[in-house]
Amino acid sequence: MAPAVLVKNLKKRYGTVEAVKDISFQVEPGEIFGLLGPNGAGKTTTLRALCTLTTPDAGKIEISGISVLDHPKAARQRLGYVAQEVALDKVLTGRELLQLQAALYHLPSQAAKQRIETVLDLLGLQEYADKKTGTYSGGLRKRLDLAAGLLHAPDVLVLDEPTVGLDIESRFVVWDFLRKLREAGTTVVITSHYLEEIDALADRVTIIDRGVVIATGTPSELKDDVGGDRITIRIREFSPIEEAQKAKDLLNSLAFVQEVIINSAQGNSLNLVVTQQNDALISIQQTLNSAGLPIFGIAQSRPSLDDVYLAATGKTLLDAELAAAGSRDPKAEKKQNMR
Amino acid sequence: MSSTLIPPKSDTNWQKVAAPQAYTDAAPNFFGELVQETFALTRRLFIQLQRRPSTLVAGIIQPIIWLVLFGALFQNAPKGIFGNTTNYGQFLSAGVIVFTAFAGALNAGLPVMFDREFGFLNRLLVAPLASRFSIVLASAIFIISQSLLQAAVIVTVAAFLGAGLPDAVGLGAIALIVFLLALGVTSLSLGLAFALPGHIELIAVIFVTNLPVLFASTALAPLSFMPNWLQIVATLNPLSYAIEPIRYLYLHQDWGLGSVVMHAFWGDVTFGGALLVLLGLALVALLSIQPQLRRTLA
Repeated sequence: MAPAVLVKNLKKRYGTVEAVKDISFQVEPGEIFGLLGPNGAGKTTTLRALCTLTTPDAGKIEISGISVLDHPKAARQRLGYVAQEVALDKVLTGRELLQLQAALYHLPSQAAKQRIETVLDLLGLQEYADKKTGTYSGGLRKRLDLAAGLLHAPDVLVLDEPTVGLDIESRFVVWDFLRKLREAGTTVVITSHYLEEIDALADRVTIIDRGVVIATGTPSELKDDVGGDRITIRIREFSPIEEAQKAKDLLNSLAFVQEVIINSAQGNSLNLVVTQQNDALISIQQTLNSAGLPIFGIAQSRPSLDDVYLAATGKTLLDAELAAAGSRDPKAEKKQNMR
Repeated sequence: MSSTLIPPKSDTNWQKVAAPQAYTDAAPNFFGELVQETFALTRRLFIQLQRRPSTLVAGIIQPIIWLVLFGALFQNAPKGIFGNTTNYGQFLSAGVIVFTAFAGALNAGLPVMFDREFGFLNRLLVAPLASRFSIVLASAIFIISQSLLQAAVIVTVAAFLGAGLPDAVGLGAIALIVFLLALGVTSLSLGLAFALPGHIELIAVIFVTNLPVLFASTALAPLSFMPNWLQIVATLNPLSYAIEPIRYLYLHQDWGLGSVVMHAFWGDVTFGGALLVLLGLALVALLSIQPQLRRTLA
């Protein structure tokens, strides 16, 4: 069976900016696939090429084995695209927008009627369906946009940053909705620069940075690859450095501890990388207590996708975001997105 | 297929409305699809008009004000000065009909430009349209309908103001002239909407074009009023080719395709000749924007 989406050696340049240098990934039917990366990594450009909104300079893109470049219309029929910016006609009602959308995908009128009812139910939009979209809140607008993307029952639903700018509640509505889609067999491709979103939703993820792929796998594979659990210990709320140093030496002697760093930015807390084992916290507590050291706080966690990004690029996602924010040109980007 | 279309009570049976189509870009029913999408896009524009009628209302009130004010302004002009009519309103109504159609068509690109800027156009471009020219076609249908409606109102009001009412064939000729002019100008405006970077630039172009084209035509005054150089400009101005035939049939009971409607510096222009010029201009405009449309839409 052909992959739901195949992207191979994609390249795209805007003027002097190489938005996408070399991106390849493959999405299996029925999975939620995440593209994770900081703003400016090339996520949106990749999706725009996937949805036939921009022509790549080089590379191959296929939807269920159909080349997007050679058979754009057949590919469009199988794709649903939900852009980052919700573009609704504020004068139309929700139902009228869906009717327009149905005609653009050439649904027969009876089928269109039923599909519109279906997606309105699915996204809880019935009571708003006959109100003008200009009166909708941000969450409602997004839900209508999702309904529109889903109207023609695409094989692959592509969502660009689906929860940016949404309140927490709407965000969970979207997450819940995407999980239901997966249960029903729709392939979902989402981009996000929210780690927890990709972690919570995606079956597999490709992390991209500055137009290239830096890692692909399931979130747990990727996290396992960077190895070990993370443990944070605070001896006191603000530990004196001597005490922290003493604790560090003690903990370094434990067999399962791989690395200990004193984090002076957080009151000399200790950040540990340990091999995964269940009684790590107990051993640490015993070791510290028998040396007469108190424990103000202790927490253990699996590595996060941020740790994966950090290991590959030497910077955290947040740092990359901040760096990218300074060097971006919103006007040029808007122009790229205009046809 | 229909079993999957039953409105869902649960969340699970909403998948797949239709089996995937055959692996081809050639639509099984190209014409039917084109009609469906063009109709839907045109419907959107008419819904907008119905809920936001201010542009249409302004587009009807403005020409009426022109008729009344200019009519009053030149009420006491010496007889015979505007050709063989004593009524400036009668002279002017042709100019107002054409200018109103021209101004409306010139603005045709604005909604498309806003769709580009707000990303709504992307919604249309990711859809498997039979042809993306349906987007352009819908705009043209909408603008031309609006122009014809405005022309009908102006003709009616002008009749009440004493300009008289052309016969049925004359009204048909007016509709044809408005159609051809609106088609040509709408095409150019839509071409600009895809070529220019944003609505500020488009509005600037509309602003710079609008009034000079009006004043350099025979809309407000006959050729004989103008200095030579302006006469040359006015006889090259497409608006004059729309105004003069309409004016002729307002002022003459016995008009025909062979009637001379304008004395240009190189010779006489007949009614039929003017229609051919307008048809030619519409075709040239349509053809000239094809490369631009192909670049952005194909």
